[in-house]
Amino acid sequence: MPIGDSIPLVGIRWDDVLFVVLAATLLVSALLVVTLRDIIRCGLSLTVSFASLAGIYVMLGNPLIAATQVLVYIGAISVLILFAIMLTQTKNAPIRLVFQTQAWIAAAAAAVLAVVIVATVLTTTWPAGGQRLWTATADVAHLLFHDYVLPFEVVSVLLTAAVVGAVYLARREPGRREEDRS
Amino acid sequence: MSNSLDSYLVLSGLLFAIGTFGFLARRNAISMLMSIELMINAVNLSIVAFGAFVAPLKTHAAVIALIVIAVAAAEATVGLAIIIAIYRNKKTPLVDEYDAMRE
Repeated sequence: MPIGDSIPLVGIRWDDVLFVVLAATLLVSALLVVTLRDIIRCGLSLTVSFASLAGIYVMLGNPLIAATQVLVYIGAISVLILFAIMLTQTKNAPIRLVFQTQAWIAAAAAAVLAVVIVATVLTTTWPAGGQRLWTATADVAHLLFHDYVLPFEVVSVLLTAAVVGAVYLARREPGRREEDRS
Repeated sequence: MSNSLDSYLVLSGLLFAIGTFGFLARRNAISMLMSIELMINAVNLSIVAFGAFVAPLKTHAAVIALIVIAVAAAEATVGLAIIIAIYRNKKTPLVDEYDAMRE
Protein backbone atom coordinates (compact mmCIF):
# COMPACT_ATOMS: atom_id res chain seq x y z
CA MET A 1 0.00 0.00 0.00
CA PRO A 2 1.64 3.27 -1.03
CA ILE A 3 1.76 5.98 1.60
CA GLY A 4 1.38 9.63 0.72
CA ASP A 5 4.06 12.27 0.37
CA SER A 6 3.24 13.90 3.69
CA ILE A 7 1.69 12.95 7.00
CA PRO A 8 -2.11 13.12 6.73
CA LEU A 9 -3.88 15.76 8.88
CA VAL A 10 -0.64 17.43 9.99
CA GLY A 11 0.78 18.15 6.55
CA ILE A 12 4.46 17.67 7.40
CA ARG A 13 6.44 15.93 4.68
CA TRP A 14 7.88 12.50 5.53
CA ASP A 15 11.26 13.59 4.15
CA ASP A 16 11.46 16.43 6.65
CA VAL A 17 10.59 14.10 9.54
CA LEU A 18 13.28 11.66 8.41
CA PHE A 19 15.83 14.47 8.01
CA VAL A 20 15.14 15.88 11.47
CA VAL A 21 15.37 12.44 13.10
CA LEU A 22 18.64 11.59 11.32
CA ALA A 23 20.19 15.01 11.94
CA ALA A 24 19.25 14.92 15.63
CA THR A 25 20.71 11.41 15.98
CA LEU A 26 23.86 12.56 14.23
CA LEU A 27 24.39 15.67 16.35
CA VAL A 28 23.51 14.01 19.67
CA SER A 29 25.78 11.02 19.06
CA ALA A 30 28.60 13.34 17.90
CA LEU A 31 28.20 15.36 21.12
CA LEU A 32 28.32 12.12 23.11
CA VAL A 33 31.55 11.18 21.30
CA VAL A 34 33.28 14.34 22.51
CA THR A 35 31.79 14.51 26.00
CA LEU A 36 31.39 10.97 27.38
CA ARG A 37 33.76 9.94 30.12
CA ASP A 38 34.14 6.27 29.19
CA ILE A 39 36.08 6.07 25.95
CA ILE A 40 34.62 2.75 24.83
CA ARG A 41 31.18 4.39 24.88
CA CYS A 42 32.63 7.22 22.81
CA GLY A 43 33.67 4.64 20.22
CA LEU A 44 30.22 3.03 20.17
CA SER A 45 28.45 6.35 19.80
CA LEU A 46 30.86 7.23 16.99
CA THR A 47 29.47 4.15 15.21
CA VAL A 48 25.93 5.50 15.70
CA SER A 49 26.91 8.85 14.20
CA PHE A 50 28.48 7.10 11.16
CA ALA A 51 25.26 5.11 10.67
CA SER A 52 22.98 8.16 10.80
CA LEU A 53 25.28 9.94 8.37
CA ALA A 54 24.86 6.98 6.00
CA GLY A 55 21.11 7.53 6.26
CA ILE A 56 21.57 11.19 5.33
CA TYR A 57 23.63 10.14 2.29
CA VAL A 58 20.69 7.97 1.18
CA MET A 59 18.38 10.97 1.61
CA LEU A 60 20.76 12.98 -0.58
CA GLY A 61 20.23 10.46 -3.39
CA ASN A 62 23.67 8.88 -3.15
CA PRO A 63 23.29 5.19 -2.29
CA LEU A 64 26.85 4.33 -3.38
CA ILE A 65 28.38 6.75 -0.87
CA ALA A 66 26.00 5.45 1.81
CA ALA A 67 27.09 1.86 1.15
CA THR A 68 30.74 2.91 1.22
CA GLN A 69 30.13 4.75 4.48
CA VAL A 70 28.68 1.59 6.03
CA LEU A 71 31.45 -0.64 4.69
CA VAL A 72 34.45 1.58 5.36
CA TYR A 73 33.45 3.65 8.38
CA ILE A 74 31.19 1.30 10.34
CA GLY A 75 32.84 -1.88 9.14
CA ALA A 76 36.51 -0.92 9.20
CA ILE A 77 37.31 2.35 10.95
CA SER A 78 34.99 1.81 13.94
CA VAL A 79 36.41 -1.67 14.51
CA LEU A 80 39.95 -0.28 14.18
CA ILE A 81 39.21 2.45 16.72
CA LEU A 82 37.58 0.01 19.14
CA PHE A 83 40.61 -2.28 18.89
CA ALA A 84 42.96 0.65 19.51
CA ILE A 85 40.88 1.64 22.56
CA MET A 86 41.11 -1.87 23.94
CA LEU A 87 44.89 -1.96 23.36
CA THR A 88 45.52 1.36 25.10
CA GLN A 89 42.94 1.18 27.86
CA THR A 90 44.37 1.59 31.35
CA LYS A 91 42.47 0.56 34.45
CA ASN A 92 42.14 4.03 35.95
CA ALA A 93 41.43 5.87 32.69
CA PRO A 94 37.74 6.77 33.26
CA ILE A 95 38.41 8.17 36.72
CA ARG A 96 41.00 10.68 35.59
CA LEU A 97 40.32 14.04 34.02
CA VAL A 98 38.76 13.63 30.56
CA PHE A 99 39.26 17.14 29.24
CA GLN A 100 42.28 19.41 29.09
CA THR A 101 42.32 22.16 31.69
CA GLN A 102 41.65 24.78 28.99
CA ALA A 103 38.56 22.96 27.71
CA TRP A 104 36.31 25.99 28.12
CA ILE A 105 38.49 27.98 25.70
CA ALA A 106 38.11 25.13 23.22
CA ALA A 107 34.34 25.17 23.77
CA ALA A 108 34.23 28.93 23.13
CA ALA A 109 36.35 28.56 19.98
CA ALA A 110 34.14 25.75 18.68
CA ALA A 111 30.99 27.79 19.40
CA VAL A 112 32.44 30.78 17.51
CA LEU A 113 33.35 28.47 14.61
CA ALA A 114 29.81 27.05 14.55
CA VAL A 115 28.27 30.52 14.55
CA VAL A 116 30.59 31.71 11.77
CA ILE A 117 29.87 28.66 9.58
CA VAL A 118 26.09 28.84 10.13
CA ALA A 119 26.03 32.59 9.45
CA THR A 120 28.09 32.13 6.28
CA VAL A 121 25.80 29.36 5.03
CA LEU A 122 22.63 31.31 5.72
CA THR A 123 23.78 34.61 4.21
CA THR A 124 25.22 33.16 0.99
CA THR A 125 22.94 32.46 -1.94
CA TRP A 126 24.15 29.18 -3.37
CA PRO A 127 23.64 28.42 -7.06
CA ALA A 128 21.56 25.42 -6.11
CA GLY A 129 18.23 24.06 -7.22
CA GLY A 130 15.53 23.33 -4.70
CA GLN A 131 15.34 19.66 -5.58
CA ARG A 132 17.59 16.79 -4.59
CA LEU A 133 19.17 14.99 -7.54
CA TRP A 134 19.63 11.25 -7.73
CA THR A 135 23.19 10.17 -8.56
CA ALA A 136 23.33 7.13 -10.83
CA THR A 137 26.00 4.66 -9.75
CA ALA A 138 26.89 3.81 -13.36
CA ASP A 139 27.75 7.47 -14.02
CA VAL A 140 29.97 7.53 -10.93
CA ALA A 141 31.78 4.40 -12.10
CA HIS A 142 32.29 5.85 -15.57
CA LEU A 143 33.67 9.11 -14.19
CA LEU A 144 35.86 7.37 -11.61
CA PHE A 145 37.53 5.06 -14.12
CA HIS A 146 37.66 7.61 -16.92
CA ASP A 147 38.38 11.18 -15.81
CA TYR A 148 39.53 10.42 -12.27
CA VAL A 149 41.64 7.37 -13.00
CA LEU A 150 44.89 9.05 -11.93
CA PRO A 151 43.58 10.04 -8.44
CA PHE A 152 42.19 6.52 -8.16
CA GLU A 153 45.61 4.99 -8.78
CA VAL A 154 47.28 7.47 -6.42
CA VAL A 155 44.80 6.50 -3.71
CA SER A 156 45.58 2.83 -4.23
CA VAL A 157 49.31 3.53 -3.83
CA LEU A 158 48.53 5.63 -0.75
CA LEU A 159 46.51 2.80 0.82
CA THR A 160 49.33 0.33 0.20
CA ALA A 161 51.84 2.72 1.75
CA ALA A 162 49.52 3.29 4.71
CA VAL A 163 49.09 -0.44 5.36
CA VAL A 164 52.86 -1.07 5.16
CA GLY A 165 53.57 1.95 7.35
CA ALA A 166 50.99 0.95 9.95
CA VAL A 167 52.39 -2.58 10.18
CA TYR A 168 55.91 -1.16 10.54
CA LEU A 169 54.89 1.37 13.22
CA ALA A 170 52.79 -0.99 15.35
CA ARG A 171 55.29 -3.84 15.09
CA ARG A 172 56.81 -5.09 18.32
CA GLU A 173 60.55 -4.53 18.24
CA PRO A 174 62.45 -7.77 18.90
CA GLY A 175 64.79 -6.49 21.61
CA ARG A 176 62.14 -4.78 23.77
CA ARG A 177 60.04 -7.72 24.88
CA GLU A 178 61.06 -7.50 28.56
CA GLU A 179 60.18 -3.82 28.76
CA ASP A 180 56.77 -4.40 27.18
CA ARG A 181 55.72 -6.87 29.80
CA SER A 182 56.11 -4.45 32.72
CA MET B 1 13.57 21.53 5.06
CA SER B 2 15.02 18.36 3.57
CA ASN B 3 14.91 19.95 0.11
CA SER B 4 17.20 22.91 0.80
CA LEU B 5 20.98 22.90 0.59
CA ASP B 6 21.20 25.24 3.59
CA SER B 7 19.96 22.71 6.14
CA TYR B 8 22.54 20.11 5.08
CA LEU B 9 25.34 22.68 5.15
CA VAL B 10 24.29 23.91 8.60
CA LEU B 11 24.25 20.30 9.81
CA SER B 12 27.71 19.78 8.38
CA GLY B 13 28.99 22.98 10.01
CA LEU B 14 27.64 21.99 13.41
CA LEU B 15 29.21 18.55 13.09
CA PHE B 16 32.54 20.15 12.16
CA ALA B 17 32.36 22.46 15.20
CA ILE B 18 31.64 19.50 17.50
CA GLY B 19 34.66 17.72 16.04
CA THR B 20 36.83 20.80 16.56
CA PHE B 21 35.79 21.01 20.19
CA GLY B 22 36.59 17.33 20.74
CA PHE B 23 39.99 17.67 19.08
CA LEU B 24 40.95 20.69 21.16
CA ALA B 25 39.52 19.61 24.49
CA ARG B 26 40.02 15.86 24.91
CA ARG B 27 43.12 14.51 26.61
CA ASN B 28 43.00 11.01 25.17
CA ALA B 29 44.83 10.62 21.85
CA ILE B 30 42.22 8.18 20.52
CA SER B 31 39.43 10.62 21.39
CA MET B 32 41.27 13.25 19.36
CA LEU B 33 41.46 10.84 16.43
CA MET B 34 37.72 10.14 16.73
CA SER B 35 37.09 13.90 16.62
CA ILE B 36 39.17 14.11 13.43
CA GLU B 37 36.95 11.40 11.96
CA LEU B 38 33.89 13.51 12.86
CA MET B 39 35.40 16.52 11.08
CA ILE B 40 36.22 14.47 7.96
CA ASN B 41 32.63 13.19 7.97
CA ALA B 42 31.34 16.76 8.19
CA VAL B 43 33.39 17.81 5.17
CA ASN B 44 32.23 14.75 3.25
CA LEU B 45 28.61 15.56 4.08
CA SER B 46 28.99 19.05 2.64
CA ILE B 47 30.63 17.64 -0.53
CA VAL B 48 27.79 15.17 -1.05
CA ALA B 49 25.20 17.87 -0.28
CA PHE B 50 26.66 20.17 -2.93
CA GLY B 51 26.61 17.27 -5.37
CA ALA B 52 22.97 16.55 -4.63
CA PHE B 53 21.79 20.11 -5.20
CA VAL B 54 24.09 21.58 -7.87
CA ALA B 55 23.50 19.73 -11.15
CA PRO B 56 26.96 20.17 -12.80
CA LEU B 57 28.72 18.78 -9.70
CA LYS B 58 26.50 15.73 -9.36
CA THR B 59 28.77 12.80 -10.23
CA HIS B 60 32.03 14.64 -9.52
CA ALA B 61 30.98 15.11 -5.90
CA ALA B 62 30.35 11.38 -5.49
CA VAL B 63 33.79 10.52 -6.88
CA ILE B 64 35.51 13.10 -4.67
CA ALA B 65 33.62 11.84 -1.62
CA LEU B 66 34.77 8.27 -2.37
CA ILE B 67 38.40 9.43 -2.61
CA VAL B 68 38.04 11.38 0.67
CA ILE B 69 36.70 8.24 2.39
CA ALA B 70 39.66 6.19 1.13
CA VAL B 71 42.19 8.79 2.29
CA ALA B 72 40.44 9.03 5.67
CA ALA B 73 40.75 5.27 6.07
CA ALA B 74 44.48 5.48 5.37
CA GLU B 75 44.80 8.36 7.86
CA ALA B 76 42.97 6.43 10.60
CA THR B 77 45.18 3.37 10.07
CA VAL B 78 48.44 5.28 10.34
CA GLY B 79 47.18 7.49 13.19
CA LEU B 80 46.11 4.56 15.33
CA ALA B 81 49.37 2.74 14.60
CA ILE B 82 51.31 5.82 15.77
CA ILE B 83 49.20 6.04 18.94
CA ILE B 84 49.78 2.35 19.70
CA ALA B 85 53.52 2.76 19.10
CA ILE B 86 53.66 5.77 21.47
CA TYR B 87 51.56 3.90 24.03
CA ARG B 88 54.05 1.08 23.96
CA ASN B 89 56.84 3.49 24.92
CA LYS B 90 55.07 5.88 27.28
CA LYS B 91 52.39 3.59 28.80
CA THR B 92 49.72 6.31 28.62
CA PRO B 93 47.18 7.39 25.98
CA LEU B 94 46.94 10.94 27.36
CA VAL B 95 48.53 13.54 25.09
CA ASP B 96 49.54 15.98 27.83
CA GLU B 97 51.87 13.36 29.25
CA TYR B 98 53.80 13.13 25.98
CA ASP B 99 56.38 15.69 27.11
CA ALA B 100 59.66 13.99 26.18
CA MET B 101 60.74 16.86 23.92
CA ARG B 102 60.03 19.54 26.50
CA GLU B 103 62.97 18.76 28.76
